[in-house]
Amino acid sequence: MRRFLLVGAIAAVGLIFISRLFYLQIHEGGILDLYEDNAIRKVYDYPKRGFVFDRNGELLVSNQPSYDVMFIPREVKPLDTLEFCKLLKIEKSRFKEIFEKAYHYSPWLPSVFIPHLSKEDYASLQEKMRKFEGFYIQKRSLRHYETSIGANVLGDIGEVNDAIIARDPYYKMGDLIGKQGIETSYEKTLRGVKGIKFIQKDRFNRDLGPYKDGIYDTLPKPGSDITITIDAKLQAYGELLMQNKHGGIIAIEPSSGEILAMVSTPTYNPNLLVGRQRSVNFSKLYNDSINKPLYDRGLQAMYPPGSPFKILNALIGLQEGVVTTEDRFSCNHGYSYGGRKMGCHSHASPLNMNGGIYNSCNAYFANVYRRIIDKTKDPAVGMDIWSNHVKSFGLGNYLNNDLSVGQPGKIPNSKTYDQLYGEHRWGSTFNLSNAIGQGEVLTTPIQLANMTAAIANRGYYFTPHIIKHIEGHTIDAKYTTPNHTTINKEHFEPIVQGMFDVYNHGTAAGVQVKGIEICGKTGTAENFIKINGERMQLTDHSIFIAFAPKDNPKIALAIFVENGYFGARFAGKIASLMVEKYINDTITRPDLENWVLRYSLEHEYAKPYSGEPFGINRNSTLDPISEPEYLELKELLNKINSKSRNPEDIKKNQGANL
Amino acid sequence: MVEAGRYYKFDWLTIILFFILVGFGWLNIVSASHSGDTINYFDFSQPYGKQLMFIFMTIGLIVLILAIESKFYERFASVIYIVSMLSLVGLFVFGKSVNGATSWYGIGGMTLQPSEFAKAATALAVAKYVSDLNTDINRLKDQIYVFGIIAIPAILVLLQKDAGSTLVYGSFIFVLYREGLSPIYLIILFMIIFISLCSLKFGVIITSTIITVLVLGYHFTRRRKPILIQPISIILVSILVSFGIRYFYDNILPFHQKDRITIWLSLEKDPVKLERMKKTIAYNLNESEKAISSGGLTGKGFLEGTRTTGKFVPEQHTDYIFSTVGEEWGFVGSAGVVIVFILLFLRILHLAELQRSQFSRMYGYAVASIFFMHFFINIGMVMGVIPTIGIPLPMFSYGGSGLWGFAILLFIFVKLDSDRINQW
Repeated sequence: MRRFLLVGAIAAVGLIFISRLFYLQIHEGGILDLYEDNAIRKVYDYPKRGFVFDRNGELLVSNQPSYDVMFIPREVKPLDTLEFCKLLKIEKSRFKEIFEKAYHYSPWLPSVFIPHLSKEDYASLQEKMRKFEGFYIQKRSLRHYETSIGANVLGDIGEVNDAIIARDPYYKMGDLIGKQGIETSYEKTLRGVKGIKFIQKDRFNRDLGPYKDGIYDTLPKPGSDITITIDAKLQAYGELLMQNKHGGIIAIEPSSGEILAMVSTPTYNPNLLVGRQRSVNFSKLYNDSINKPLYDRGLQAMYPPGSPFKILNALIGLQEGVVTTEDRFSCNHGYSYGGRKMGCHSHASPLNMNGGIYNSCNAYFANVYRRIIDKTKDPAVGMDIWSNHVKSFGLGNYLNNDLSVGQPGKIPNSKTYDQLYGEHRWGSTFNLSNAIGQGEVLTTPIQLANMTAAIANRGYYFTPHIIKHIEGHTIDAKYTTPNHTTINKEHFEPIVQGMFDVYNHGTAAGVQVKGIEICGKTGTAENFIKINGERMQLTDHSIFIAFAPKDNPKIALAIFVENGYFGARFAGKIASLMVEKYINDTITRPDLENWVLRYSLEHEYAKPYSGEPFGINRNSTLDPISEPEYLELKELLNKINSKSRNPEDIKKNQGANL
Repeated sequence: MVEAGRYYKFDWLTIILFFILVGFGWLNIVSASHSGDTINYFDFSQPYGKQLMFIFMTIGLIVLILAIESKFYERFASVIYIVSMLSLVGLFVFGKSVNGATSWYGIGGMTLQPSEFAKAATALAVAKYVSDLNTDINRLKDQIYVFGIIAIPAILVLLQKDAGSTLVYGSFIFVLYREGLSPIYLIILFMIIFISLCSLKFGVIITSTIITVLVLGYHFTRRRKPILIQPISIILVSILVSFGIRYFYDNILPFHQKDRITIWLSLEKDPVKLERMKKTIAYNLNESEKAISSGGLTGKGFLEGTRTTGKFVPEQHTDYIFSTVGEEWGFVGSAGVVIVFILLFLRILHLAELQRSQFSRMYGYAVASIFFMHFFINIGMVMGVIPTIGIPLPMFSYGGSGLWGFAILLFIFVKLDSDRINQW
């Protein structure tokens, strides 16, 4: 039996080897992805990222070259560090620090020595680069914002993180990707497709030449230029008017759904998020919890819409046949029901629909709302009819458009109240606040602007969108197909007339603009916040919706000014100015313009954090800004006014710059 | 003289298996050593060209070995052994240093490594001595004598910093056991290996406990219980060995060898240190495992291995040649190579058992054992099954001396075997 010892040993070792091979090659192995094979160097050729133009052809975003000094620690040969540091403007100790950190990471792989060199530093370094073995310059392309406006619209690009890399294999460490705004929503269009070269290397990381003679190599495909629907001049003007106020303006072209302006304040200069200072600036913006500059108030802030919402109730009332334009309802400083009272300001009484709208009478709409909900015996049925009509205006859900952020808002239906009170245990009086746009109703400014556009169009809207044109492509058909509301066209005329009368002799009579027939509706929304767990009421938000001209409207907008008090006080003025600026380009009401520029609400926003008692609404105060600040804003205004919107002029100017 | 009609009487299966391995080995040397896009197979300045030349010379050498009367090898075994030992000793005077090891003679432009030939010489000498009628393998005097024959070359190569070759001489235990050596030596060897690994991996205390439980357990389950002195002394010696191994590992073993064992037994728990080890001491192993893994089921194809082409695995055409097989030929190719080797070993063992003379049988056993030991250590180390020990893979690794050494070793046996066939 002694002969079997060696045979057994051989068989055992054979078995062990084959299992080990199985483990290494079948269980763990497989042919490595070319991308994961570190014997293949991947050299990426980044294409030009697409430019962004405004609707008139003004260049908003272009690219700028950026130069990173890269190095491979093992390949660095002794050098004149003193000279090198001088060229890079760094301390010698910093040199050592960077070097050691990179060496620790990997002696063989490239690391960034100094990112984003300025053009001047690059020029002086370039000449002497060959003296510093192991160092090389990697050219990258960063965004260059030709403008200081529209940070929330334009967004920014930044380095991909691990989560993105895991989700989308296109992206590799160090790649740039859209982080906010159109850079996110049109990432694929703008970025193009990067080219790649596979290079066989040896273990010293030296290139041996193209892998398999380059059969897998690809050429970069440049990103497409895009034109967005924003009117840069109107956007700049809106941002200027909103200086020292928090809130949002959304302006839409009703005939196309194109977003003309999308203002959110406080905002920031988009150039802050470019280059070496990006991460520092980003965290500063991100951590500003009072001003929240990264929060797009035009798209993300859900407020109760207030009085503008009454218009919808009037339309639904007409559509459902529960009210005619001539039905009159009386108002005794409010509407009393079941021992409670919904207050109202003083005005003539009783009122028909037209008067109800331009006087913004709460009692009038309480009556209309109750008639809608109580149309059938079961308020749940009426509630759902009402809810569906409201939703047909694009409220209560995501707009599903090409903006990178958004909120659904909230429109209640019978289920909402069934859950709150139980089935058949509630009626129209339980949610009467919905009649005047408070209660369970929440909308975002862009939803409200879209609703206004639907009214301006007398019954339909195009999904609000930001893309106007993509070089060599057509835009998504969903932006060119109208969405019809559930209200018949004929019901809109009396409503539009009511909104027109808001300007003629109603709540916005003070902000009339000569020569333009503006239709509008003021609004205020109660404003509660929680500070340190304590709920407190602050001055109401000032709200305004408007469109103009009355016939063939060119612009529809919604404006929210936080803590601005009643609608005409801030939002109405701004709305009139925006309309006039867009339609006529000249302002006939400099009094309004100066007022808006002069008054700040910053002190209002600071009040609740001051710890001192303060008055709201009627007892709130208006603070003018200092004269130098005011003059500065006027200076900015002049700059904006001097800009032309004529595509021909823009082309000429850009031709000179490029 | 050999008559023409007798050639077919050799064991052609062994010869075919040998040439399959040599041929396939050469293809892998081409992959591992070519440096450009164009390969001129007869470019003798390149390792693959040289190896091709060595292979041709091997064929001549084989013809010469087979041409010599088989009785010559038995009769002159002692002379061959002495000459071989002298060539090893001569290295200390005339040797040429390559990579810190003084294992070569420089003759003109060529180098010769006498240790590759010493294995065959030792095999002949051991077979000759043990098969002598006056030798009793279980007599201490003869055991010492045989041990001496084996130890001399083993120690000489160790002094020349070729620890791998020293281990190969350990394979003679298989030969001696087959010829009747008491199993106690095997048991002791096994126990030492067990205690060593156990002490390094789990520490002295756990090892001592395990040994105590095992030995006492064995003792008390035996029907005839010898006095307790015996198991107790075994336990004490074991504990002593355990301590000794630990001490040796901690204080005497050179750093690079210590780290190899550390890596192999996964003794290092600090991930930072482990990463550093992967880039230094375990770099070869790490790269070779990666290359083998990347081959997958069917491999990347001849000359298509990216890691091979990039020369990621150092020494790939010599000791690490198997990683090329793994990368370019995949699981199918590398498992195939393992199987062909095993077929060769089993064929040799089978033939050895058929020998009528004890000398031939022992020699055959020695051939199989030596080949097997090389195979085990080399492929085991390339795949991380055993710690890193530098040793060539027979027939595969680049090098003339190695190839000739293995050819001489094997074909002397083929010749001895043909004698058996032809003497019917």
